[in-house]
Amino acid sequence: MNLDEILKDAEREFAIAGNLPVLDQVKARYIGKSGAITEQMKGLAALPVDQRKTMGARINQIKDQVEALLKARREAIQAEELGRQLAAESLDVTLPGRGVGVGGLHPVSRTLARIEQLFASIGFVVADGPEIETDFYNFTALNIPDNHPARAMHDTFYLDGGALLRTHTSPVQVHYMQNKQPPLRIIAPGRVYRVDSDATHSPMFHQVEGLWVDEQVSFADLKGVVQDFLQRFFEREELRVRFRPSFFPFTEPSAEIDMSWGEASENRWLEIGGCGMVHPNVFGHVGIDPERYQGFAFGMGVERLAMLRYGVDDLRLFFENDVRFLKQFA
Amino acid sequence: MQFSESWLRSLVNPALDTHQLGHLLTMAGLEVEAIEPAAAPFTQVVVARIVSAEKHPDADRLRVCQVDVGAAENLTIVCGAPNARAGLLTACARVGAKLPDLEIKQAKVRGVASFGMLCSAKELGLPNAAGVDGILELSGDAPIGEDLRIHLDLDDRLLTLKLTPNRGDCLSLSGLAREVATLTGAPMTAVDCTPVAPNLTDVQPLLIAADVACPSYCGRVIRGIDAQAQTPRWMVRRLERCGLRAIHPVVDITNYVMLELGQPMHGFDLARLHGAIQVRMARAGEQLALLNEQTVTFSDADVDVLLIADDQGPLAMAGIMGGASSAVSELSRDIFLEAAHFTPDAIIGKARRFGLSTDSSHRFERGVDADLPARAMQRATRLILEICGGACGPVLEQGQGAMAFDAVEFRPARARRILGLDLDDATMSGILKRLDMRLQPSGETIRVTPPSHRFDITREVDLIEEVARVHGYESLPAASPRGVHAMLPLSESTRSVHELKNLLVSRGYQEVVTYSFISDDLDRTFRTAGAGLPLLNPIASQMGVMRGSLVGGLIQTLRHNLNHGQERLRIFEAGRVFHGIAAELQPMRLAMLAYGGVNAEQWGETSRNVDFHDLRADLEAMMHPLPFELRRANLVTLHPGQSAELLVAGKVCGWIGALHPRLTQKYGFVRSPLLLEVDLASLLERHVPVYRAIPRFPAVRRDIAMIVDANLALADVLASVKAARLPLLADINCFDVYQGQGVDVDKKSLAFNMLLQHTEKTLTDSEIDTTVMEVINLLAKNYNAILRG
Repeated sequence: MNLDEILKDAEREFAIAGNLPVLDQVKARYIGKSGAITEQMKGLAALPVDQRKTMGARINQIKDQVEALLKARREAIQAEELGRQLAAESLDVTLPGRGVGVGGLHPVSRTLARIEQLFASIGFVVADGPEIETDFYNFTALNIPDNHPARAMHDTFYLDGGALLRTHTSPVQVHYMQNKQPPLRIIAPGRVYRVDSDATHSPMFHQVEGLWVDEQVSFADLKGVVQDFLQRFFEREELRVRFRPSFFPFTEPSAEIDMSWGEASENRWLEIGGCGMVHPNVFGHVGIDPERYQGFAFGMGVERLAMLRYGVDDLRLFFENDVRFLKQFA
Repeated sequence: MQFSESWLRSLVNPALDTHQLGHLLTMAGLEVEAIEPAAAPFTQVVVARIVSAEKHPDADRLRVCQVDVGAAENLTIVCGAPNARAGLLTACARVGAKLPDLEIKQAKVRGVASFGMLCSAKELGLPNAAGVDGILELSGDAPIGEDLRIHLDLDDRLLTLKLTPNRGDCLSLSGLAREVATLTGAPMTAVDCTPVAPNLTDVQPLLIAADVACPSYCGRVIRGIDAQAQTPRWMVRRLERCGLRAIHPVVDITNYVMLELGQPMHGFDLARLHGAIQVRMARAGEQLALLNEQTVTFSDADVDVLLIADDQGPLAMAGIMGGASSAVSELSRDIFLEAAHFTPDAIIGKARRFGLSTDSSHRFERGVDADLPARAMQRATRLILEICGGACGPVLEQGQGAMAFDAVEFRPARARRILGLDLDDATMSGILKRLDMRLQPSGETIRVTPPSHRFDITREVDLIEEVARVHGYESLPAASPRGVHAMLPLSESTRSVHELKNLLVSRGYQEVVTYSFISDDLDRTFRTAGAGLPLLNPIASQMGVMRGSLVGGLIQTLRHNLNHGQERLRIFEAGRVFHGIAAELQPMRLAMLAYGGVNAEQWGETSRNVDFHDLRADLEAMMHPLPFELRRANLVTLHPGQSAELLVAGKVCGWIGALHPRLTQKYGFVRSPLLLEVDLASLLERHVPVYRAIPRFPAVRRDIAMIVDANLALADVLASVKAARLPLLADINCFDVYQGQGVDVDKKSLAFNMLLQHTEKTLTDSEIDTTVMEVINLLAKNYNAILRG
């Protein structure tokens, strides 16, 4: 067999070899111990010296060519095999992920977190207080004496021994002011309770109380802070806020906070909370000098804010805890 | 309070339309809750007189009427009303009239042409007068042809006010008119309260024993009232539009004066009185049958209830409700009229004690102008004499008189500081004068004496509020906070509740908020400390007790959601539990519940149900890096073999476990939910990290497996190894627990990996082997552990 034929045969046989073991067997037939090219090498010895050199060079050249073919074929086979492996390993990348999944916050928590953050940005810290209260903290210290008609506005849950469930978060003001001297800047979010239950009233709901006491804090500051808060909370700079004279025993002057809602043409005002300048009698109960210090307090319904923000139309949903409702606030 | 706009406008008539008037009142702190028309809209209905009413030739129940509507010719109208009779003044809807429910066309009724319709109150959307069956019956002086809407003032509107408790002075038309006049400057027409000269000498003697509760009492005898007298229709209309029914002319007049001036009054049948009128406190054992047919018996606790009485006993609960026996009736000829001042302290809470709430008690509880009784007495006398006839005696007035108001110091500078408003002294004084205050300037302050109707003004801040209110809250400036505030402290040794909640959310948990009150049964089951705290007035029995644990609410939430098609639930709640009424016995806790598959429903892996160790992993994630221990505990609500107490720094902070199968069955769950409840404070604790150098020499890992008793707690094993403080043993952990083939049934194999480390050099083989042997020997000695081959 001449060298050209060997090269041709090798090229043909390598191409036929479909995988690496077969390719290795085929390789042995050419450059193995007794392969065709090896045999040619062995045959060199029998040649005359003058031909030996040219023939040797020629055999080596063919051998290089065979090896190059072999390498190319080997890489081609490897590439094919990798391709097959990758094809076999391919996934439906559109399948959903596995695992525990993600939960969510209750809309009230979500709302409170937002409120706390907004007020933190102007230096208000969060304060807290008990939910079972005494008559003193819920009423008397807030300038609501026994039998005051304002008590009728708070349908109160009572426990043995005169204890009661706080009807508003205002008692937190009293606790806080008893322990700290001005300047004070707090918000107090939490649960409050009233004996009332229908589509628009829940026996338990959340309020957030705000209090700012210092030497010069005025009604103008109250208007500014509340208005800023509502505009930031709803992310609506055009939102109008109205302060309407009202009466709370623990503030004076007092105001209801109304907020414009819906289309401008509708001119609808929604009551969103109450506020006012802390009453001197309240300062008197906690030992703060009302001649030196003054300040404002406000209270707003958290569910009310959440309902408006997220378009919830039934207060009862907040406490039914149906996950089909709750997971919408994740 | 509901009132008629046209009545108000008869006293003060500013150039404002109804909605502007409503806005004015609302923005002055007298909130207008509703504005409604007095009558439904209709057109072309006029006052008409039935000239003749003949039987319809072809229908027994119909009449053919000739009706005078003030036009040139009478109209022929067929009418089926039983009261359609000649001479009756009634309402006629002319052809083309639009009524609330129909439009009037010319029609033939059983062959007779009819040119309009005679209307009943119902057809016009008006309240029907008592005893009228059929078409409207108008009073004899109604001008024929006049538009009925004008005749009956039907374009009037009803305004409903939600008055705050401090503004008792506005619980009358005069009070409102005064307020409107102050706010708008419109002139106010005074109600005629000039004295009515007596033409009798009769007086009813008075004995005012409770002179503190009743500082002044006016009484007057009126004799010979007309039994046939009727309350005039205009008065009935005004009463009705303020929500009161006409009852009897004398009662109607006292009610009218109450609405007009704000002074509650009472009329007694003089013939039913025995001896002097006494104003005194109730005595235990006394009884009084009230006008509402309720009989009250006063007990020892009721001796603070103020009564009007005579020699035979109680006649009325003063300022609240009259008694039945002395009430004015159609038989009354002589009456005794009362207009008295009772203090709020004397009345507050009493009506409610007996389940009563009256227009009178509502006013006295909030306060009534102490100068009103004398004026109201004259006003009522005049109306009674005009409407019922009769003759009156002199007014007998007794009592020490109401306390004079003290002047209040007002500092304009302080008003400016409180309001943040730059308003000059003169403007503020002007506002106070418009409110009928008397002003005496003295240096920097002004001494202000409020008028008798502003009994709510007792402090400087009350005056500041008045200035703000009349100036207008909308005109007060708003100042956004600006400038540099002191930087707030930020503790790194605690984290916020929100941070913790977000961690649980990212581990698949949904936050819930359940009621703080639950059923007694759930509370008894899960309460871990303190006695039950029942509400005295719960909404419902299943919301009757303050929760001693958060778990009851989670169990209810699980049940609700299982009933609504959920199969897997991960929920948590953070909130207070109530172990007592003291503040420190109302700790914030965090509870979690896991139920169903360990993973959310998915396509890939074989699912298994969540178990103790899964919840423990959540707990570890929450606590990390704070060390804690779990100790087997005996909680009756939990599976005895799958529950533990949680200890942080040796203190019990909570518990974790599977619901006891007995309760699982009771609540109807397919399997036991995993539960956990922890003191929130212990979860919020953090520590500020302190850096330690990373060892420069490599650590060596060695694994061993030991056979121990099956019930041995891993925590004990690890604790005893750590207690030995082997110098080279940096860490030891369990990485496999095996029970089964090759291990005796009452044994288990624990596999440990040990990390050995020297801070200053590389360990030699013999040093490593020595430490490993020390561990093996320690476990063998303490727990009879055997090295697994």
